[in-house]
Amino acid sequence: MADSETSRAIEAVFRIERARLIAGLARLTRDIDRAEELAQEALLTALAEWPARGVPDNPGAWLMAAAKRRAIDGLRRDAMRTRKHDEIARELDEADTPIERIEAAMDDDIGDELLGLIFTACHPILSADARAALTLRVIGGLTVEEIARAFLSNEPTIAQRIVRAKKTIGNAAIAFEVPRGRELAERRTAVLEVLYLIFNEGYAATVGDDLIRPALCAEAQRLGRILAGLMPEEPEVFGLLALMEIQASRLAVRTGPDGGFIPLTEQNRARWDQLLIRRGLDALARAEALGGADGPYALQAALAACHARARSADDTDWICIAGLYDRLAEVMPSPVVELNRAVAHSMAFGPEAGLRLIDALAGTASLDSYAPLPAAKGDFLFRAGRLREARLQFERAADLTRNARERAFLLSRARTCAS
Amino acid sequence: MRVMVLVKATADSEKGVLPEREMFEQMGKFNEELAAAGLMLAGDGLKPSSQGKRVAFDGPNRTVIDGPFAETRELVAGYWIWEVKDMDEAVAWVKRCPNPMPGPSEIEIRPFYAMEDFAGVFTDEEIAQKVQRREELGM
Repeated sequence: MADSETSRAIEAVFRIERARLIAGLARLTRDIDRAEELAQEALLTALAEWPARGVPDNPGAWLMAAAKRRAIDGLRRDAMRTRKHDEIARELDEADTPIERIEAAMDDDIGDELLGLIFTACHPILSADARAALTLRVIGGLTVEEIARAFLSNEPTIAQRIVRAKKTIGNAAIAFEVPRGRELAERRTAVLEVLYLIFNEGYAATVGDDLIRPALCAEAQRLGRILAGLMPEEPEVFGLLALMEIQASRLAVRTGPDGGFIPLTEQNRARWDQLLIRRGLDALARAEALGGADGPYALQAALAACHARARSADDTDWICIAGLYDRLAEVMPSPVVELNRAVAHSMAFGPEAGLRLIDALAGTASLDSYAPLPAAKGDFLFRAGRLREARLQFERAADLTRNARERAFLLSRARTCAS
Repeated sequence: MRVMVLVKATADSEKGVLPEREMFEQMGKFNEELAAAGLMLAGDGLKPSSQGKRVAFDGPNRTVIDGPFAETRELVAGYWIWEVKDMDEAVAWVKRCPNPMPGPSEIEIRPFYAMEDFAGVFTDEEIAQKVQRREELGM
């Protein structure tokens, strides 16, 4: 075996190629497990051969050729036994070609194959958690142990989740392809949902958490950028990418040294990541240019962009934000969106406007014990000068919240109303 | 981790010699690969140091020095900012880059400081202050 530096270099090359390798092999074998095995075997071959002859010019094509040779050998053996694989074996003969041809074919198909694998791993037949775990394992190349740590779970649970997901895909005989026509919209939604779930899992991490958790945000952004490259005409892909890039720009400052959450308006804007904000604004512009300004992700990204563009909290364009919430409430109606809409209107048009909207939410069962509702209402009443009513709302919110720091803050606001 | 990938200057780049058409195409293809892998955050080429300026600091004094600057090999002709898993991955990508210059050239990879790098040396609060101070100084 070569010295460790050489094998580390080879493993780095392998990591770059891994997802595309597995994608090509999964389409060939219709079996993710087998594809992973074949990729791993190709790595072992590379570790044995490259140190002596050097890393080939196109390592991806080399690894793919090595893995396909193995795949064909295996399928030929199966074919001898069953004769059922005749057709596949014939198809495979085409793969048994010189590296140059594989190289050329790879450039054409590779994006398509990778996209096909992403759509398969994110198939709605799987639960969202299973989709996220499988995507991180197969596309992101995270280990089961890393995924378990990231989702605050344990290895056996995650391993089993991935095994079951692969079995479900196999049993349902899902083609490793990008769906067409009407199915595409639904399946694309499922893919975007998984990326956003992975991102939010990372975003929820707090100070002192395992570093793998914040790394999930970077992974989701990377997958989003890859997806945007593979689907350059899909506005919601760019909408989600924009949303993730802009939210990630605040990662470093969204919590204080003590782990407490710092609201947007109080964050140190000098420390927002301007590079990510610019990338987010570019992606949002692309989503809008593609006619997707009213997509749920694009609207949320546009909201994030309003804050990103404001140099200070006082500069925030609340009228623009209120308008965006009006549209979001139509596209993605939910009580929480309505509540945020009320807050935006109160900032844009005064506390009475907020009160009118929030009163319409009274009696919404899902918000019954939702602390932000009375907290917002208390704020509107306070600003409208109705201190006695405001105090009751702050106290109610303090009763409902489970966060000690938040409770202290709400009680202090309640006390301000009394004086 | 975030890295800055620095294309070092050569006598040619300092003379403002633009790359051949073929090099532009190869570099374009490499940039497409970087974008497709989702790791490229930014990147651009820089004009020769003859069009640059330096500001020298000494106590309260500020002296402006016009380019060109002598130590060609230490100058930068272009850069990328990448988000990669580790230095090994960054090195593997740089090896795939076409030689950016007509003659021999060098590319340097430098990781960005991250908050974690200060852990153990300072408390969280001190880190926050330190980062803020660094930003105030424009470092």
